[in-house]
Amino acid sequence: MRHRFFFVLKKLLRMALLLLGVSIVTFTLMCASPLDPLATNVGQVALGSMSPEQVEKLEAYWGVNTPPVERYLGWLGSVLQGDFGTSLLYRQPVLAIIGERLGNSIWVLAFAWVFSGLLGMALGVLAGVFRGRLPDRCIRGYCLLISSTPAFWLALLLLLIFSVWLGWLPIGLSVPIGVESSAVSLMDRLRHAILPALTLSITGVANIAMHTREKMVDVLESDAILFAKARGESLPSIVWRHGLRGVALPAITLQFASISEIIGGSVLVEQVFSYPGLGQAAVTAGLGSDLPLLLGITVITAAIVFAGNLAADLLYGVVDPKIRRGAARE
Amino acid sequence: MEPILQIQHVSIDFTQYTGRKGLKKQRLQVIRDLSLTICPGQVVAVVGASGSGKSLLAHGILHILPYNSHMEGEILYDGVPLTETRAKQLRGQEIVLIPQGVTYLDPLMKVGPQIRKGRNDAAARAASREALARYGLAPETEELYPFELSGGMARRVLIATAVVEHPRLVIADEPTPGLDMTSARRILSHLREIADEGAGILLITHDLEQALAVADRVVVFYAGETIEEAAVTDFSELSKLRHPFTKALWRAMPQHGFQPISGAQPYPGTVEKGCPFVDSCVDCVDKCRLVENIPLREVRGGWVRCLQAERPSRRESTTPGEEALP
Repeated sequence: MRHRFFFVLKKLLRMALLLLGVSIVTFTLMCASPLDPLATNVGQVALGSMSPEQVEKLEAYWGVNTPPVERYLGWLGSVLQGDFGTSLLYRQPVLAIIGERLGNSIWVLAFAWVFSGLLGMALGVLAGVFRGRLPDRCIRGYCLLISSTPAFWLALLLLLIFSVWLGWLPIGLSVPIGVESSAVSLMDRLRHAILPALTLSITGVANIAMHTREKMVDVLESDAILFAKARGESLPSIVWRHGLRGVALPAITLQFASISEIIGGSVLVEQVFSYPGLGQAAVTAGLGSDLPLLLGITVITAAIVFAGNLAADLLYGVVDPKIRRGAARE
Repeated sequence: MEPILQIQHVSIDFTQYTGRKGLKKQRLQVIRDLSLTICPGQVVAVVGASGSGKSLLAHGILHILPYNSHMEGEILYDGVPLTETRAKQLRGQEIVLIPQGVTYLDPLMKVGPQIRKGRNDAAARAASREALARYGLAPETEELYPFELSGGMARRVLIATAVVEHPRLVIADEPTPGLDMTSARRILSHLREIADEGAGILLITHDLEQALAVADRVVVFYAGETIEEAAVTDFSELSKLRHPFTKALWRAMPQHGFQPISGAQPYPGTVEKGCPFVDSCVDCVDKCRLVENIPLREVRGGWVRCLQAERPSRRESTTPGEEALP
């Protein structure tokens, strides 16, 4: 138990360092960005017609003249007190925006995460069992094709097929246009989430399936499987009893590691579907020089990804008998 | 007695891709023209150098050879050809394998469920506990994972997986490496015990001494070929042995002078014609290099693959003590 406690403590310390690093890199990149916040957000023409006092006020609002180090330390200081600041574009607390956007995205992300995990694992196991035969070739072909397809292009393709040609699903956004928010049903929200979630799932499957297949092949070539065969176990029994056990551990790592890919993918996919989620907010914040919002989003998504990996590490300790019993004996 | 297993002229070869780019397809014969017979209650040992393809014999009998290999010849079980379908039905029930080591157990499954092969009824539980108890393993062993077993325990668990099925034929593939002499002897005595209960045992090993300690008959393997089949009693005297390699093995034993065998054993499949032992043999004649397939012949109640087997060896007149001197 002591062992487990120190493990978590060490991980949390590492997470704090990681988040600090991520925020510094994001901040530096934003400072190095050639975008002029005033020209982008106010417009060249409007700026030209303003009095110098007005321009000065705007510059102060966007923090143009504050030295970067001072700006960063100011941000860090208030974050440590739990205040992520106010978005310059939305004029709302950053945490409120992230909360709302994450609320929109979470279902898309969760669906894509679970679906790509389950389907990827099933396809991977199938391909591994039928290695070199037709099912394996089809699955591998699909995975290689999908891996080399950009997610946004796939999103456009799905949009064309299901929304434009077939007209089954809405073209974009997370709720119907022109409907009061109180009148939006759960069905409406689901219908709008299907395409973004599907795109993320389809691209996520390939990676998981290929890794699972590789692991399954390794397991099936092991001495233990040969012995199981020699003991008269049938192929379904071998796959069910030994194969799945063998791929379960790497599957946990893969599944939690894929959180980062799904969040990363959502940035592009939400953009294509104009889906008002976290990914889209990140793009808006980046292009609009909204420093507090962008820093907030990066730090929080990094924390989510890290938490995912931490969960995988902890689950390993529960699932893998070598770690579980080894730690218990200490 | 009716033999339980007859292996007649079995050859096993592999398809391999060799050459600088790995594009040259080559058939590599690892076991060539192997024959042996096992009767119920008998322990037959196949003795050969490590890496000489002995394990493949075990896999061949059970029809679990890798996909790129091919087996020829005939295997009779209970007098009836052991086809793939029949092997599938019998393996794990009448025919069992005792593998080399703990890696043959599923590393993520407890010992108990592995012995029971997924059955969980009272009878299966009782049987697995009985099998463990027979080898001095407590019932708690069932709750251990393979990585928690010591080397000797793992070996006994593997034997328990075999006896739990009440087999008629046991194939023990190197059941003792890595064990000290006492533990190894104990494992071998367990095998002898199973044989005495009426099962036939095929013991595959690289250790002639261990083979002699437990077996009834010994098959000597050289470069993938059976070169001699002899009763254990033949090893009591040098003159009773037939093949020059077997004799050299005999002389290499500590109690018989500890003389090393000169030369290296050729890899299986690299000898195209003639006797594979020809470069290290003291008795060879020109003919030994030229004859395409030297037949396995019956000589003095055993079998030998040597053209000179009836002739007394040139070295047999000298005593081991004199030979040791340069």
